[in-house]
Amino acid sequence: MDQAIVEQTSRSVSRPAGMALSIEQLNAWYGRKQALFDINLTVPPLSVTALIGPSGCGKSTLVRCLNRLHETLPGARVEGRVIANGLDIYGRGIRPMNVRRHIGMVFQQPNPLPTRSIFENVAIGPRLNLGLRGSRLKELVERSLQQAALWEEVKDRLHSPATSLSGGQQQRLCIARALALEPEVLLMDEPCSALDPISTLQVEELITYLKRQYTIVVVTHNMQQAARIADRTAFFLQGHLVEEGETQQLFTHPRKKETEDYISGRFG
Amino acid sequence: MSVPMPASSSSTLPSGESRLHPFLATRSSLNLRRRLVNALIVLFTTLAALFAAGLLIYLLCYVLSQGLRYINLDFFTQLPTPNGEPGGGMGEAFQGSLILIALASLMGVPLGLFTGIYLAEFGRGSFAQGVRFLVDVLNGIPTIIFGLLAWVLIVIPMQSFSGLAGGFALGMIMIPIVTRTSEDVLRLVPRELREASLALGATEARTILQIVLPAARNGIITGVVLAMARVAGETAPLLMTAFGTTFWNTDVTQPMDALPLRIFQFTLSPYQQQVNQAYAGAFVLIVLILLASLAVRLATGGFKQR
Repeated sequence: MDQAIVEQTSRSVSRPAGMALSIEQLNAWYGRKQALFDINLTVPPLSVTALIGPSGCGKSTLVRCLNRLHETLPGARVEGRVIANGLDIYGRGIRPMNVRRHIGMVFQQPNPLPTRSIFENVAIGPRLNLGLRGSRLKELVERSLQQAALWEEVKDRLHSPATSLSGGQQQRLCIARALALEPEVLLMDEPCSALDPISTLQVEELITYLKRQYTIVVVTHNMQQAARIADRTAFFLQGHLVEEGETQQLFTHPRKKETEDYISGRFG
Repeated sequence: MSVPMPASSSSTLPSGESRLHPFLATRSSLNLRRRLVNALIVLFTTLAALFAAGLLIYLLCYVLSQGLRYINLDFFTQLPTPNGEPGGGMGEAFQGSLILIALASLMGVPLGLFTGIYLAEFGRGSFAQGVRFLVDVLNGIPTIIFGLLAWVLIVIPMQSFSGLAGGFALGMIMIPIVTRTSEDVLRLVPRELREASLALGATEARTILQIVLPAARNGIITGVVLAMARVAGETAPLLMTAFGTTFWNTDVTQPMDALPLRIFQFTLSPYQQQVNQAYAGAFVLIVLILLASLAVRLATGGFKQR
């Protein structure tokens, strides 16, 4: 069943391919508490889609549903479909770990593996999943670090512990780690909220650069950030998708009253 | 019914009042009693703390004064002399204790660790709650019961006391200790780390083996060392299993000596030298356990910094 996804990577030479995501009637729960209600959203390939909304609106839950991470929490449950290149990632016979190999994720807090070196942090994905070793692994690690704009800063200390990096560098290391698996989609859950303004700028530039090769979904509580980097923006409120559209359009001519109130700073 | 509050209302008066400032108004007979009670409680708790600490120091000093003369190289390398002849040691007890602890760890560490992993990572709902409760009960069972079980399961069928039976009894004692400490430290590993690994397409098993266990390594080692220190001093379950011997023995199917067993036997000995050697053995045992706890302190300090 995963054949379509598997073939996608073996053709990774012929990039850019990008993957479109189509979220259909998605509902999610934490125990008895429902966090997402009937979400329908299309993410076009090779673009940046921003999910905005006040805390607790379900935007983080939604990205965690896109790589089947939500269901790993005790008591958490998902219903609905997420179609990735024609295949439902919640379909029968689809294994979550195969989904996660192709839909990478960057978290809010930089979470490098603390007991491992910089090199090991990037190498762990391809080593575990693709069985890469030796010079091919080194090449991939270097390429990923370059894509994450970190190579120049760490090339002389690849074997220092990952925790010796600054917060902004750690976050770019986590991006490199996700890229090393050559995913089709990159999910980012508030990737800049723990970073200082300069690191934030670096990561934003990186996102704009990466969308030429990857489909990116980024959660942010920062509306200026969404306006700067996103092609499309979706606004969430209390688990419902209120409005979605071209970023420019949504910020200048919102169709819904709630959206206008939120982006004009009247609440949240 | 309201109690009149002396002086306290005066503070709000503008000036010229000869009443006491409220802070000074505490010097009444009622407050004298309160301060006395306070002082007594401080005194009693301090005395109790001194007594508890003093007990250990007295114990160490007494054991040391009785046994120090007998702690030498021979004490660790020689067998007991027959009929209380001068010299000799309890080398076979050190040898036996090492073998018994190794046997016990061989059984207790993997079983305890795997149970801990199960409880921390997979165990959900009432079954896991049940296991957790039973493990807690296991931890509270008097250790002689484990000796009885080993006696029934191993000593009787084999028709012989044996190191194997002793190791089995001690291993059962280790299981709940290792289980609880490893469950606790595995739970301390942040969820973000697991998610980092899961998001890279790793399986749960790989995530636990390659990410979670290494992150919890120091804590797990701590639990194992504590469990070993605990069984190193166990005597009761060995009386009916390893039984003890005064000869070198590496054959686990035969009776085996252990430090606490030898201390027990020598304390009851009619020969003064053996009684003193028992004290020497007790001192060495206390020091070994003290060193283990110290090492654990250092290791857990390192664990918290991580």
